[in-house]
Amino acid sequence: MHLIGELSAVLATALFIFALYWMNDPKTARRGVIAGVTGMTVAVLETWIQPEIVHHGWIVAAIAAGFLVGVPLSQVPLTAVPQRTALSHAFGGLAAGLVGTAEYFLWLGENSAQLTPFRMSALVIEVILGFLTFTGSLMAAGKLQEVKWIPQRPVTYPGQNLVNLAVLGLAVGLGVALVLHPHAAWGGQAFIAIGALALVFGVLLIIPIGGADMPTVISILNAYAGLAAVAMGFVLNSKLLVTAGALDGSSGLILSIIMCRAMNRSFTNVLFGAFGKAQPAALKGEQKEWKQETVEGAAQLLEQARNVVIIPGYGMAVAQAQHKVRELYDALTKRGVIVKFAIHPVAGRMPGHMNVLLAEANIPYSALVEMDEINPEMPQTDVALVIGANDVVNPAARYNKGTPIYGMPIIDADKAKTVLAVKRSKNPGFAGIDNELYVGDNTWMLFGDAKAVLGDLVKQFGSGGIH
Amino acid sequence: MTDFGSMLFVFVLATFIGLGVIRRVSRLLYTPLMSLTNAISAIAVVGSIVVTGADYPRGIRILGAIALFASMTNIVSGFLITDRMLKMFKKQ
Repeated sequence: MHLIGELSAVLATALFIFALYWMNDPKTARRGVIAGVTGMTVAVLETWIQPEIVHHGWIVAAIAAGFLVGVPLSQVPLTAVPQRTALSHAFGGLAAGLVGTAEYFLWLGENSAQLTPFRMSALVIEVILGFLTFTGSLMAAGKLQEVKWIPQRPVTYPGQNLVNLAVLGLAVGLGVALVLHPHAAWGGQAFIAIGALALVFGVLLIIPIGGADMPTVISILNAYAGLAAVAMGFVLNSKLLVTAGALDGSSGLILSIIMCRAMNRSFTNVLFGAFGKAQPAALKGEQKEWKQETVEGAAQLLEQARNVVIIPGYGMAVAQAQHKVRELYDALTKRGVIVKFAIHPVAGRMPGHMNVLLAEANIPYSALVEMDEINPEMPQTDVALVIGANDVVNPAARYNKGTPIYGMPIIDADKAKTVLAVKRSKNPGFAGIDNELYVGDNTWMLFGDAKAVLGDLVKQFGSGGIH
Repeated sequence: MTDFGSMLFVFVLATFIGLGVIRRVSRLLYTPLMSLTNAISAIAVVGSIVVTGADYPRGIRILGAIALFASMTNIVSGFLITDRMLKMFKKQ
């Protein structure tokens, strides 16, 4: 009996690793989902048939409820995928925190010899990570969904980091005390206090973080959710849980590192740096003027180009302009223009977000090019078309030490022979910084809603663009 | 203590495998990757099933049932949305 359990755990683990392995290519990626589902089904069934499971009604009810909520959650529009992802990190954290709490009180009540120092440490880590991931991710999801009572802009106050550290320190301190005295009379209260402090800490951790940092924050929360699952594996002595949690955790870690690099910032800077504050109006030396272009003129520029690089940002997604972008792509490609899309790693609101939005509009993924690959081509590019992107094309990142985006690698839109920029308004972007690309000598602005502007552009090409 | 040793061993090895495999994941697929790993880490469901279904006090089982619901939501929505996104990636 035990052998079957071990074997099915090994099988599930192998399937999970294959699932991730197949994600190395869009051609094989869907196989990964099948492998993942199979592994999960094996693990669930094997656990369910254990003789110790005697109450089946509640299990059926909870699973049914999971389907009831899970299916609609999987149908959200792709612009809302970052919120859904944050919400799922919250659920993962919650599950870890609750199971940890349940196990603790179970052992405390029935068999306190089980509370070895090792197990107690794992429980404390599980509950702290689980609950802070729960509230932190809820806050992140709220910010992404632009829920009214959660402030979008970073909330900062003097001594903020000190307060945060104190709350976390108190939770860890209580945890250490519990590990040293697992059978103390105050154990239960201390455990509840640890959970409550972790819940508070999750909120405090996220309120000073601004919208531009969301891709990094989501990745870090992903890593936390994975580590919470690992801690749960240590508590339950389950190698399967430890492995799956470690896979999730390392994925979150790698994505966090990539996101941080793409913004030239460190983990500590993201978490404790309070990015996104309005910039002091320091470097306002010369005020250059925008040059506006008409849709007709822009269409002519595009038509005469040999190659065009489109640089999309979240503004494109907000305007739901990706389908119009696709029509423009079709119209230009039909006329022999080579069109590529330059994707900045932090474009959009979570890692890879822009790729998914463009894929939804049926733009072939072979046309999506990463920043590092497209930048050497930019000087030979006839037209760079910037759609709703801002900070990721701001040349100030290269030399202006006064801006919060200094040092961030950017897409070299300014090096193209001509730049066309579609922009909703004359306000600065997420980070609140003026963008000198827009007033460059070779830049022409198209003001207006991205969807409307692109629609007008496509019309210039006649019916050729629409199939 | 041997428990701890072998678990730590598994954790370290799994992390190395994870880092190696994830590093090779296509940059196009980071969003579906996140929803997929999220669904996979909802393997926490096995812990919740035990806590919910074993002959434990009612209060404990309620915590388990909520955790089971949360994990199951992640499994269902995670795998479904991953597949939905992956379907959209076409070469031409």
